[in-house]
Amino acid sequence: MRNLDKKLDEKEIQSLANAGLDISEKERIASFLQSDDEILISKTLNPGVEILPIEEALEKYPWSSKFYGKSFQILEKDFPKDTKGGYFIWVKKGVHTYFPIQACLFLKKRKFFQKVHNLIIAEEGAKVYIITGCTVSYASQEPHHLGISEFFAKKGAYINFTMIHSWKEDTMVEPESIAILEEGATFLSNYICLHPVRKVSMYPTAVLLGSNSKARFTSLLLASRDSFQDIGSRVIFRAPQTSAEVISRGVSTGGKIIARGHLKAESPQVKAHLECRGLLLSSQGVIHAIPELETNYQDVDISHEAAIGKISKDEIEYLASRGLSREEATGVIIRGFMDTEILSLPQVLKKEIDNLTDQTVKKGF
Amino acid sequence: MPEYVLQVKNLTVQANQKVILKDINLDIEKNSTVILFGPNGSGKSALIKTIVGISGYKIVKGDIFFEGKSIKDLPIHERARLGIGIMFQHSPKVRGVRLEQIAHFLTSQEEKIKSLASQLHLDKIFHRELNFDFSGGEMKRSELFQIILQQPKLLLLDEPESGVDLENISLMGSILDSFLKEQKPASLIITHTGYILDYIQATTGWVMIDGAIHCIGHPREIFETIRKFGYERYRKCL
Ligand SMILES: Nc1ncnc2c1ncn2[C@@H]1O[C@H](COP(=O)(O)OP(=O)(O)OP(=O)(O)O)[C@@H](O)[C@H]1O
Ligand SMILES: [Mg+2]
Repeated sequence: MRNLDKKLDEKEIQSLANAGLDISEKERIASFLQSDDEILISKTLNPGVEILPIEEALEKYPWSSKFYGKSFQILEKDFPKDTKGGYFIWVKKGVHTYFPIQACLFLKKRKFFQKVHNLIIAEEGAKVYIITGCTVSYASQEPHHLGISEFFAKKGAYINFTMIHSWKEDTMVEPESIAILEEGATFLSNYICLHPVRKVSMYPTAVLLGSNSKARFTSLLLASRDSFQDIGSRVIFRAPQTSAEVISRGVSTGGKIIARGHLKAESPQVKAHLECRGLLLSSQGVIHAIPELETNYQDVDISHEAAIGKISKDEIEYLASRGLSREEATGVIIRGFMDTEILSLPQVLKKEIDNLTDQTVKKGF
Repeated sequence: MPEYVLQVKNLTVQANQKVILKDINLDIEKNSTVILFGPNGSGKSALIKTIVGISGYKIVKGDIFFEGKSIKDLPIHERARLGIGIMFQHSPKVRGVRLEQIAHFLTSQEEKIKSLASQLHLDKIFHRELNFDFSGGEMKRSELFQIILQQPKLLLLDEPESGVDLENISLMGSILDSFLKEQKPASLIITHTGYILDYIQATTGWVMIDGAIHCIGHPREIFETIRKFGYERYRKCL
């Protein structure tokens, strides 16, 4: 990433790294970086993978405009048209990548409102890992981020999408994501938000249009004081033999978490499960789990479980008797609760994400 | 002058506004093993939990000294770091924390963790959340594993062999014995069955009844007397 240091200072580059950006690009197959509304990097190392700023892509590949906004039409929803920037990722037919594609969205200027529209298309039989980090400069003030992401997984395609949010106390964030799955396609979403944020609200949705398609949403959430995270995952089943799993783990150390989940079976022969576990560590904090199951078919198997608890005195004292201070014990329990094993991470990202989680949880206590 | 690892002086403890330990005095010398006998509910676990600093046990009189310094106002983890280790009679489930994580917290000697875990047959529970669905014997082996990795100067073992099958008692007994012989810590062991006496060299026995220490003697003799006559005899001993 030559010349990056002309645009961003060392601290900013570090915060990008903390949001999953591999500056060395050794373990990434393609990279995209947008700062406010300026595209700093957009390049691919694999001819099977195209990555472009969205405006450029719509010009270069006229067919791609058919997909622009299509997922919203499928759900009969409107979407903001005044976006600027965002990435276009196109993984060609049958292409399998081992290393992930990285895409970063960065907020820098004072009171900047970043609005991007991303489009991700995986052609038939393609298999791709994407890691996207969204973060802010220490110098930013009251930044606002709105990110639209549309995913299209064609027949038998596999998209594994990891999103790391690493904001600040004064950031407002509203991602809107929809994934459209054709027959036999898989969409795996891993969401990690462990840093403070004023408000993040999102309800990413997967629409299973083709039979034998499946979706899995997992999230790890940590809400510190004055943070508000309203995070949901929705799966709409429109074909038989489809399945999904939605799993979230939320810890509040004083902030508010609303953990939503919605499984909507509009077809018979659907199998899905929703699980939400919360850990409330402060009397100021709030965790509100809202699981919803919806169908008018008898032949479906959808279920949910939700549990919210606190750390008991016995647990802390047991660990203390082994020499862990209250803070260390709390940290170990939170770290254990924030189990990265629940995520569907590819091997190459597993260690990175583990380290990030370790660092964040340690710093938090 | 003998060197004392632990000294308990005129200790009176309340739990739930009720006196459960009355004016206890006891000393544990370096490299000695003391056995604490007593009927159910007599206050044995309460005593060692008070020494460790578990909440709910309020010292209303007296003091506890570890290596000559009062520890009664220290938090639990500081007592642990000074060198007090406990094997609980009942250990709580600790959500999200795996046995291996605690092991790595207790020592950085990877080899030691591995070999002790394999000696104690812990592979089945090593990566599991602590005490979640551990069997009775697994729970005790996990406790012994942790206390040995911790290398304390004083071991407080609350019924280490209860619920453990004979083969595992022998395994645990010999591991404990070699630890005591190599490291020479002091230890206080609570037992009902007396099995543990076959594996270690105990020097002194105490009998606790109704929250007070009634008798001091040779552990084997005390155990035989209890076996033959029950605890009745020790009520008068005082
Ligand atoms: N935290 C507590 N609050 C109230 N009462 C307690 C508490 N802990 C112990 N007790 C009571 O104090 C008495 C002594 O309990 P303790 O657990 O020390 O017995 P023990 O000698 O270890 O018995 P056992 O052989 O059955 O394990 C019991 O009557 C018990 O119910
Ligand atoms: Mg007891």
